[in-house]
Amino acid sequence: MADSSTMRNSDAPIDLELLKGNPARLRKERTVSRIFQLAAVLSIVISIAIIGSLFFEALGFLRIRFSLDDISALWSPTGWFPRRGAFDIKTIVAGTMVVSVIAMIVAAPLGLGAAMYLSEYANRRVRRFLKPILEILAGIPSVVLGFFALTWISPEIVQFIWSGATRFNMMAAGIAVGILITPLVASVAEDALRSVPHSLREASYGMGARKRTTTLKIVLPAAVSGIVAALILGVSRAIGETMIVAIVSGATAGSAFTLDPTGTGQTMTAAMTSLAIGSDQVRGQEGTFESLYFVGLLLFFMTLALNVASERFVRRVRQRY
Amino acid sequence: MSIGSSALKKAPTPSDVVRKQLAGRRVDTGGLIFQALLLMALLTSLLFLLVLIYDVVAEGISVFTERGGTFLTGKLSVVTASIAGVGQAILGSLYIALFVVVFAFPIGIGAAVYLEEYAKDTKFNRFININIRNLAGVPAIVYGILGLTIFVKLMEMGPVLLAGGLTLAVLVLPIVILTSAEALRAVPQSIREAGYGVGATKWEVIRSHVLPSAAPGILTGTILSMSRAIGETAPLLLVGAVTGFLVTTGGILDQIMGRYTTLPTAIYSWARTPSDEFRALTSAAIIVLLAMTLTANAVAILLRNRYERKW
Repeated sequence: MADSSTMRNSDAPIDLELLKGNPARLRKERTVSRIFQLAAVLSIVISIAIIGSLFFEALGFLRIRFSLDDISALWSPTGWFPRRGAFDIKTIVAGTMVVSVIAMIVAAPLGLGAAMYLSEYANRRVRRFLKPILEILAGIPSVVLGFFALTWISPEIVQFIWSGATRFNMMAAGIAVGILITPLVASVAEDALRSVPHSLREASYGMGARKRTTTLKIVLPAAVSGIVAALILGVSRAIGETMIVAIVSGATAGSAFTLDPTGTGQTMTAAMTSLAIGSDQVRGQEGTFESLYFVGLLLFFMTLALNVASERFVRRVRQRY
Repeated sequence: MSIGSSALKKAPTPSDVVRKQLAGRRVDTGGLIFQALLLMALLTSLLFLLVLIYDVVAEGISVFTERGGTFLTGKLSVVTASIAGVGQAILGSLYIALFVVVFAFPIGIGAAVYLEEYAKDTKFNRFININIRNLAGVPAIVYGILGLTIFVKLMEMGPVLLAGGLTLAVLVLPIVILTSAEALRAVPQSIREAGYGVGATKWEVIRSHVLPSAAPGILTGTILSMSRAIGETAPLLLVGAVTGFLVTTGGILDQIMGRYTTLPTAIYSWARTPSDEFRALTSAAIIVLLAMTLTANAVAILLRNRYERKW
């Protein structure tokens, strides 16, 4: 095509052949777009692989348990002791709930407070200086926070307030998880607050309202969907957080049903890690290792449900403004 | 209102009364307290950060002053603290970062280019988008299950560095896609139209205009996700990082196909050893890990602040 166009007499009429473009160029164009499409479709392959690997082995676990005894092993009064064949799901779900509730008690005020300050009060200079604090905190690996929870939060905060608390306890785990998810809650909530149009604030000031009144009565209600999304996302992250609870919540061998945050406890994620790392000790009962997949499946669907709910709320904000 | 009585006492001029009414109460105490509370939420986070860093440095610095470089090059041990080091762990973490760069970056950026530049608004493409956002929210440990089932068992790699590296590349892939897509979306349409206007094809426009314009944003996102991969522990526990230490003899292939360890998993196994000597070692290893991840994060944040362009 390049040849013909250079040879072309400028007086010659523009024909269809000329408008079709260079076939080599078009072929390259198609190949490139195919390659990129492949990369995008790979994400679906990953999802299928995740769900497939979870389901396949989790069903194996259920089949083993069903043939060994009955479904009541999943609701055993002994608690969660996989090596002894006691797989009480409610024990580890309760442990996860205790840690997540404590984490939200920490992260909700810290995260929302930080978001409101950054979005409504801080001027640009202050923001440029304070925002990186949250970003650095978000960059701290969870294993580091786990160690910090064990060596500082547990003795200096938890055992200081509750003298009866054990060294390994769910309270310290919950506080550390709360610190971990604070940046996430703050950043999603800040986005929601900043997307509230300025005209609403100006209308409020025009009515003579103060800054605090405007923030609490106008901006916050207008951004409520985004705030709820931030909190749900925080809960989802807290439920899935692993290393902190694996290090500081104790009860690595298993736990009886407990709701006492000052004592040791087992969460879903911690149960998974202790099943995974003790692969030689876990042999115990048949189906012990496979229970890892069952817990994983449960965890996957719990967090998925929360993430989807959070996404809904975020979309609601976007639609409105 | 006390206007009447005060007017009787001091007899201010009417204009004074009006001015006073308009000015309102001078100091809004409640508002100031509220603002202070909000600021305190931020400062509490800062306080935790400072205590954490102080605590770790105070405990771990002795290891560096006493042993110097031998800690950084020494082999891992959970038995004798005096000779234990993080040499293999640092190397293992660098390998993990390399896997992320080699696998997650090109695929992630490619997927983002497809979704932002090529994909039409079809049901299937919308599904891909939702799927990626959900993948980004899947807990890290579930990716460990994926790695264990697919890479370790199904592909029969065994619990080797390759399996761990691929698992973490898969883990950060959705984050790479989402951040890159956001950077591409920020490039104004006019730049693309200018390219088409001079007869460039779609790929030519993307290659020489859209990608260079979005490069700082893409780079920020990719650096952050690499730092995330370096600090990730939970999935590696499932694909066998704790029990095996990195093979230091032999070529690169032997190392990739051998047992491995990384900094965070070394920290985890030391944190579980109750003796005080290992507590100092754990802190020292945390200093090394934080130096790596926080440097990466700082570079990413600086890059974004420096090149953040308002179109």
